[in-house]
Amino acid sequence: MFPIREGLVVSGILFTLGLIGVLVRRNLVFVLMSIEVMLNAAGLAFVVAGTRWRQPDGQVVFLFILAMAAAEVSVGLALVLELYHQHKSLDTDAISRMRG
Amino acid sequence: MTIVFYTASAVAIAATILMLTRLHAVHALLYLIVSLLAVAVIFFDLGAPFIAALEVIIYAGAIMVLFVFVVMLLNLGEPAARAERALLTPPMWIGPSVLATILLAEFVWLLAHGNAPPVVAASIGPVEVGMALFGRYLIGVELASMLLLAGLVAAYHLGWRKVPQAEATHVPHP
Repeated sequence: MFPIREGLVVSGILFTLGLIGVLVRRNLVFVLMSIEVMLNAAGLAFVVAGTRWRQPDGQVVFLFILAMAAAEVSVGLALVLELYHQHKSLDTDAISRMRG
Repeated sequence: MTIVFYTASAVAIAATILMLTRLHAVHALLYLIVSLLAVAVIFFDLGAPFIAALEVIIYAGAIMVLFVFVVMLLNLGEPAARAERALLTPPMWIGPSVLATILLAEFVWLLAHGNAPPVVAASIGPVEVGMALFGRYLIGVELASMLLLAGLVAAYHLGWRKVPQAEATHVPHP
């Protein structure tokens, strides 16, 4: 028996954990890691659904999510480095007021 | 092989929870890598071996290496040395090691039962994925390439350091 419901439940739990991380943590690196967890959970849901209907489309969408995550993390980490050089801090509260 | 699926799911959720509760970014990265590897095991068990390989190579490999490099760049100096000493104590590495050992045991078990089929009846291999990717989704591939190029240019631009003013004035005058 194919555990589609359990797969979706695992995906939902991982997504919720990532969301909690984004909301709770104050370190920018942790926020980025939580976003990665959320993207991964969304990809898991796509692959589970694609497997359920025996179609490769779910895996294709996971490839797109993978490319998007790679682009997002490269730009995000470059921004983190730049913010750290300007503010000497990674606290999201410390850099909440951006003066341009 | 439902047991493999449930074990990998438990490892993934536990590693993600432990990642969120770490204080040091390096410790959290260890748990995040274990979580991604566990999700790769789930993919393999769901009949998506190509996606499982890509998850290990790109997510747990390339993207996590980017994170590790940035964390290393941000944690220079004496705090980093203290964190390194704390990293080498058993409470810090025993958690990811236990979770990774569970995944290794699953891997060995899968190899030992080589003929056991995955949970689903028919797995979707790389051939079908490639046919769909470069057939119906060709425009998506082009858009993804444009997105990656934009990300590359943006990362290069953001990481570009301006020449300091003191160095710039040292140009010899004629």
